[in-house]
Amino acid sequence: MKKYILLFAITTILFSCTKDDGVDFTTTSTPITVTFTQNFDGDAITVNEFNNLSYTNAHGETLSLTRLRYLISKIQLHKADGTTILLRDYNLVDVTNATNLSFTTTDNIPTGNYTLSFVFGFDEVDNQQNYIPLNTVSWNWPAMLGGGYHFMQMEGKYTASGSTTQEIYAYHMGTARVSTGVFEVNHFTVNLGAVTIAENQNIEIKMNIAEWYKNPFMWDLTQLNNTLMPNYTAQKHMQENGATVFSLGN
Amino acid sequence: MNMKKIIYIILTLLLTISCSKDDRGVAAVYVPTPAPLQIPQVFSDNILPPIIPPGNPQTLEGVALGRKLFYETLLSADNTQSCASCHAPANAFTDDTQFSEGIDGLLGARNSMPIFNAAWNYDNKFFWDGREFGLEMQATNPVENPIEMHNTWQNAVQALQNISEYSFLFEQAFGSSQITKMNVVKAIAQFERTLISANSKFDRHLLGTYTLTTAEQNGLNVFMDEAAGDCFHCHGNPNNPLWTDNKFHNNALDATFTDLGLGEITGDPNNNGWFKAPSLRNLSFTAPYMHDGRFNTLQEVINHYSDGLQSSTTNDPLMKNVSAGGNHLTPQQKSDLLAFLLSLNDTEFINNPNFQEP
Ligand code: HEC
Ligand code: HEC
Repeated sequence: MKKYILLFAITTILFSCTKDDGVDFTTTSTPITVTFTQNFDGDAITVNEFNNLSYTNAHGETLSLTRLRYLISKIQLHKADGTTILLRDYNLVDVTNATNLSFTTTDNIPTGNYTLSFVFGFDEVDNQQNYIPLNTVSWNWPAMLGGGYHFMQMEGKYTASGSTTQEIYAYHMGTARVSTGVFEVNHFTVNLGAVTIAENQNIEIKMNIAEWYKNPFMWDLTQLNNTLMPNYTAQKHMQENGATVFSLGN
Repeated sequence: MNMKKIIYIILTLLLTISCSKDDRGVAAVYVPTPAPLQIPQVFSDNILPPIIPPGNPQTLEGVALGRKLFYETLLSADNTQSCASCHAPANAFTDDTQFSEGIDGLLGARNSMPIFNAAWNYDNKFFWDGREFGLEMQATNPVENPIEMHNTWQNAVQALQNISEYSFLFEQAFGSSQITKMNVVKAIAQFERTLISANSKFDRHLLGTYTLTTAEQNGLNVFMDEAAGDCFHCHGNPNNPLWTDNKFHNNALDATFTDLGLGEITGDPNNNGWFKAPSLRNLSFTAPYMHDGRFNTLQEVINHYSDGLQSSTTNDPLMKNVSAGGNHLTPQQKSDLLAFLLSLNDTEFINNPNFQEP
């Protein structure tokens, strides 16, 4: 963090020097807000739509959500010169309890052009740390599965295509266990592309839940609906499908 | 006299001096002795600090008064019942009956609840259905509840006011000998917040001073394995040693509901049959189990999760094997799971002399 503050200070000084030289170039810095929204192929999802079997996945199951939490870390802005600004070390988005749906940076960010990236879940280094706020909300991933933390808990009911019987699903993601005592990292980095930071910029990071079920792996919820945590192939399919889940809002 | 007390006396003196200097003629503000909760290491290592309402800080005098009031039968209409009648230390502050008898011999429809680590109930929702917010508000309920102490607050406060010792103790705790309902519940809540249980075998295992037996270790694995017991999503884990998430779930006890639980409070039918997940500490002292005390033994509880799950429209998706009736544990897994659950008993807690009737 200190590094970034220093960087920021130096940048500010550099720019103020240019300004003093009478060059017509001004820069300001600003707190910015990052907001996390969820949709199902464009249908906005909030906790008010929970429990309704309103969504149909690519494979044809109709489903509801009863609980949704996911972990985003290393949310960073990158400048063309290769420098980065860390906006937040991690954020547990909890749609069910409507917490951390957005955050505002404590540091001011210089306005200008950047690209934005984050890690879905924790990388292998961060996943070894002890996060008291995450333990407090029982976000831990069992030691026998490699430990650390959940990356996502997405739960609800579904009915198979042509059926009215409601079954339950629990789509939980975290470290993948290859075999007893052998684990494979399962986070992924998302590059959301160009963002322009203006005064009090609000950046929206959208999650399209439908993508968790279709691209590239066509998810059959009637087969893969629970006990997915120790299921190596299911964990890897989640990681693949996650690549197209996120995008920037307008 | 301890250091803190001395500091506070000095502070009080300073305050008095500055007041007289200002010549406002204001008497010194009385400050009871702060007594912040002693946070056990297994908690400070893992979870956020406890919730203490700003309007009711922990003090030595407040806790001592609260302890006396918790055991005070004058709070009930016929002076026979205290909080401890249904919340006894030997039972980790619950009782051993399915439904507790109030002063009129009436039974409720719910099992009494144990009281410990309540300051770490971060959402501050109390009762099986979470209907009361905060321990202070919760404590206003039993005194007037017709199936419990069936008194009026006016009566209860008057009965206390008639005893000069109480005037003195309230003066000490809150700076006023005039007893109020608010100060009664504040004192009780302060005492309840001191009821901290964090010295089970498993806690000592976390601190490195106890080695789990093979059965206890295997039982922990059953508890933490999504393909076996799968208990950890609702009942904590070694990094959340409260052993509850203090949230509401339907753990598939019934196909239809007589008691709607959380649904009754929120009015949302999706919450029907949802109850607060209890902590799994001290289970040996808290039988019978569940909101209606339907199970007398832990074997019955384990059999419920293994083979007795009932499907309903409001099942928590975390009860993953509900359509198969349970997670079908082997006899070995069941006995290991039991051994692990028993490692969460804290006998020091139930025998703590600071918690007994004063
Ligand atoms: C007649 C028995 C009885 C008496 C007397 C009684 N309680 Fe209770 N207590 C219960 C029952 C039963 C419940 C659960 C009720 C429910 O969920 O609706 C309960 C729940 C509680 C809880 C909630 C715990 C949690 O984790 O949510 C607290 C705290 C509590 N009581 C404190 C008190 C205090 C303080 C007093 C005295 C002022 C008291 N009780 C008197 C039977 C009793
Ligand atoms: C979906 C969340 C959930 C899961 C998973 C879960 N429980 Fe529970 N548990 C609850 C709830 C909620 C209650 C209270 C239910 C009621 O009274 O209606 C409860 C009650 C209990 C009780 C009774 C405690 C008391 O004081 O009455 C025990 C013991 C228990 N569970 C053990 C377990 C074990 C062992 C497992 C794993 C095999 C497990 N639970 C899995 C939510 C869960």
